[in-house]
Amino acid sequence: MTDLDELAATSLAAVEESADEKSLETLRVHLLGRKGVLTGHLKNLGALPAEQRPAAGQQINLIKNRLQEAIESRRRALERESLDSRLQAEKIDVTLPGRRRASGGLHPVTITLDRITRIFRAAGYDVAEGPEIEDEYHNFEALNIPENHPARAMHDTFYVDPGTVLRTHTSPVQVHVMEQGEPPFRMVCPGRVYRCDSDLTHTPMFHQVEGLLVDREVSMADMKGTIVSFLRAFFEEALEVRFRPSYFPFTEPSAEVDMTCVACGGKGCRICGHTGWLEVMGCGMVHPRVLEMSGVDSAVYNGFAFGLGVERLAMLRYQVGDLRMFFENDVRFLGQFN
Amino acid sequence: MIFSESWLREWVNIPVGTVELAESLTMAGLEVGGRTRVAGEFSGVVVAEVVAVDAHPAAESLYVCEVDDGVSSHRVVCGAPNTRIGLKAPYARVGAGFRQAGEDGEDRETGTADIRGVESSGMLCSAEELGMAESSTGLLELPADAPVGTDIRDYLALDDSSIELDLTPNRGDCLGMLGLARDVGAMMRLNVAAPPDSEPAVTLEDEFPVRISAGKECPRYLGRVIRGIDLDAETPLWMQEKLRRGGLRCIDPVVDVTNFVLLELGQPLHAFDLGKLRQHIDVRLARPGEKLTLLDGKELALQPDTLVIADGAGAVAMAGIMGGMNTAVSERTSDVFLECASFAPFAVAGRARAAGLQTDASQRYERGVDYLLQHRAMARATELLLEIAGGEAGPVTEALGEIPEARQVRLEFASIARVLGVEIPREDVLDILSRLGFAILEESAGYITVEAPSYRYDVAIEADLLEELARIHGYDKLPLAMGLYRQEMGQAPESEIALDRVRDHLVALGYQEVVTYSFIEPGLAGHFSVEAAETVELRNPISRDMSVMRASLMPGLVQTLRYNVNRRQEHLRLFETGLAFGRTSEGFRQQAMLAGLIAGGREPKNWSNSDEIADFFDAKGDLESVFGLGGRISRLRFTAAARPGLHPGQCAEILLDGERAGTVGVLHPALQREFDLPAVILFEVGLDALCRQEVPVAAEPSRFPEVSRDLAIVIGEEFEASDIERTVRDAAGPLLASLRVLDVYRGGAVPAGSKSIALGLTWQHPSRTLGDAEIDQVIGSTIKALQTSFNASLRN
Repeated sequence: MTDLDELAATSLAAVEESADEKSLETLRVHLLGRKGVLTGHLKNLGALPAEQRPAAGQQINLIKNRLQEAIESRRRALERESLDSRLQAEKIDVTLPGRRRASGGLHPVTITLDRITRIFRAAGYDVAEGPEIEDEYHNFEALNIPENHPARAMHDTFYVDPGTVLRTHTSPVQVHVMEQGEPPFRMVCPGRVYRCDSDLTHTPMFHQVEGLLVDREVSMADMKGTIVSFLRAFFEEALEVRFRPSYFPFTEPSAEVDMTCVACGGKGCRICGHTGWLEVMGCGMVHPRVLEMSGVDSAVYNGFAFGLGVERLAMLRYQVGDLRMFFENDVRFLGQFN
Repeated sequence: MIFSESWLREWVNIPVGTVELAESLTMAGLEVGGRTRVAGEFSGVVVAEVVAVDAHPAAESLYVCEVDDGVSSHRVVCGAPNTRIGLKAPYARVGAGFRQAGEDGEDRETGTADIRGVESSGMLCSAEELGMAESSTGLLELPADAPVGTDIRDYLALDDSSIELDLTPNRGDCLGMLGLARDVGAMMRLNVAAPPDSEPAVTLEDEFPVRISAGKECPRYLGRVIRGIDLDAETPLWMQEKLRRGGLRCIDPVVDVTNFVLLELGQPLHAFDLGKLRQHIDVRLARPGEKLTLLDGKELALQPDTLVIADGAGAVAMAGIMGGMNTAVSERTSDVFLECASFAPFAVAGRARAAGLQTDASQRYERGVDYLLQHRAMARATELLLEIAGGEAGPVTEALGEIPEARQVRLEFASIARVLGVEIPREDVLDILSRLGFAILEESAGYITVEAPSYRYDVAIEADLLEELARIHGYDKLPLAMGLYRQEMGQAPESEIALDRVRDHLVALGYQEVVTYSFIEPGLAGHFSVEAAETVELRNPISRDMSVMRASLMPGLVQTLRYNVNRRQEHLRLFETGLAFGRTSEGFRQQAMLAGLIAGGREPKNWSNSDEIADFFDAKGDLESVFGLGGRISRLRFTAAARPGLHPGQCAEILLDGERAGTVGVLHPALQREFDLPAVILFEVGLDALCRQEVPVAAEPSRFPEVSRDLAIVIGEEFEASDIERTVRDAAGPLLASLRVLDVYRGGAVPAGSKSIALGLTWQHPSRTLGDAEIDQVIGSTIKALQTSFNASLRN
């Protein structure tokens, strides 16, 4: 019987000492395989006297189980070790940059236009667009700006043909919409506009958003409320906003809209000309003649319109100091908005 | 319009200071554009009299004066050429303080100095020294009756500002003190001084005949002969100061007086040299071919719609804009013909601008000058002229055209709350309108009818009255509201892909959006232009660089690329959306486009890539990806094409459902070299095609296994992948689920002039498993079709 005990002890020691999975497997076959040592002992049971057989069989099986457990546990340990060393070998430098496309981005004018239209869409406004080569009728006459009107001097107009211009504002789009549809109207018209003017603070092309609301019983108070809440939504700040009487041929009454200077908070600085106020948009109640010319019954409907300069809002929002940056398209400038 | 604040205060007793006044003006629609002090900051300067003048013993150009400042006598050394006994001039006493101009100007004190051996106490001052002029050549001469000893600041009212108004074009009525004071009176509910009512003595019988041939353009024309004026007479200091503070220069008594009345009443006047006028005055439209040399020396060919003042010999002035040179008042003039007229705004508007002119007169006439003001203004100017320059006046000769009819406007009281969103009490409404000069013609419970004053050309309808009420009541007193409007459901059309999605997709693919000008340089445009005759040119471009409307977005992108490549930005993907323009037989083409380019390496070189240069297929792949947004790749085709500006062998037309949708291609190597650029691939597609999609109709995916076979063929170079693909699709039967080009190989065992193409085909049946036999059969007919169509052979 001591043979078996010794076998068990040496075998267990061999299992513990096996260095890798392969030698462990060889050992397992040697001990437990069909031709293995323990299998041999079991086969030899028949040679023992019948009364010893059960006890011997039991002992052999006990040793077999112990060995199996020991081999299994050693195998798991070896597996763990080899996995550990593999993982160690496979370590990468996670701080190397990822494999990606260099990122692109949208132009700040587009970003600004998108925000403006998103804010108005959420309030139920539609978005309408129109042609940029426009006839004088839609750019001027239909907006109550007859030929030789002093207001035409404020629009340095590019001409393509006699009677055909590059639109000087997005207001003609409201005319198209009114001509083609039935009131009520609630819409914003974003787009490019052109003025024959180029210096530090003017580019010959820029972007405007024209807004129009025509319905029954619209008041200036509604206009003020709409514009104040738009500006506060756009700048995400509880800005002070003031309305000053002004003049546009297509609205009556008309107003200029000033808001607290975002640079100095109204204390007065270079950006606001030390007034604390920034002129940001123009607006007014749509002139009845403009409604009539576009086929809207001004006895039933009225409304308000407003126009804002997109670059101006973008400059204030993103602290861009020079208007011309928008059209130089230096990707190092544009990349800041990605 | 620039005006003296203290002059305004002569008309209206304004209870607030300059800052509040400016604020009130701005908030009432008369925007204050700037304020400047009318004199420097100083103290201790008084009116003094020069009582004795002696030559300086050591300097020829200096005088030694005895000056009386009302308290005592002082010896003052002075070099001014107009130094003389009896002259009254400002005198800075010893101890007088001057602050230099500028934000941190230093203070300086007048003292006693030794001037070349003579002690001089204090200083006699010029206008420049008092900050009243840019430069001056002598002492400021004060009137003979100026009270000696009076502080000069009080005497000349120097604690005053010149206020500049940026008036909107509808407010011509405020281009004079009379109208401005009226508006301020209304906004502050204050009474306004009555305008001057002059009655100059008429001592001559001379008249110069006047007639109006263009009565619609000229409602009224007044003329008057004034003889024997002295143009050397000095314009009085008080008038000089008002002119100066109103931004006008002093010239001579005639110009100064007409300018003064312009500032005071807003009525332009013009003086002709009577001796140079022939026969009569006729106010008429210019005759064909008529010319006029203006006061400023410029010769104008008059347009036939120009209103002119003509005498027997021809045009002598552009009515309401500028007088002519030939009849101008000169140094030798002693007899003048004074004109004071009403010209209709439409007759003047635009004419000055068209002739490149902008005058104080045209500015007022094109906005509208009160058509009832002429007699008052003529009397005022005559009186002042006689007072200053002497002479004798004849009677006023008046010719009448069509006097406009006063406009009557009805105001419903209910409109106030409805349109303005605020109630204004009835008595306030009446008070405001009366102060602004509106006559109440009819008054009832529900409405009033008013007559618009003759100076308010901008009031014609109820909305105009509402603006007046809102303006004077205060825009800031109107509440904030958000109307409740009829709400309809918003639309979310699925037949188009929102442009936002396209843009965002391109951004994700690494593209930077740019915004370039719609007008470009003709040469650059020409490189890419398909049909030069279609080009839209600007008639009045800013410069040649920006003179034609882009027919394609590609040139602008290439220009942007050059700008950035010059700044060492080399790996770029750019895109832009916007209109492209052209002329067609029906008018103008204004088509929304998307254009993009890839330049330089596929990616900036980094540790994990091999720094490959981008090529045609990068751009094509990006386009396929964008068109994939609507699931439309299978409907997309690319066919070899040529287009100006692009490489003739690496350019494709893009077809969507067989319709032209755009172009993609490599920038022509000649242009690439000319512009010194890396390799560039450009594309441009129409947004209507790009954004069109159909609402998907879902089908259930097959649950049965796919069968795949690869096929390698050798085929002539002349055949394009799309030809092969079409033939394979036709032959491989309706169960073909996908077809891929796996490899294109040249050289090796493949004979020259041929290429080997490997195709991967996959079939699937919706409702059963496909058998090998049927696949073998389809493969067989596919191979056969390839042999028949392209003489292709199977590669072993």
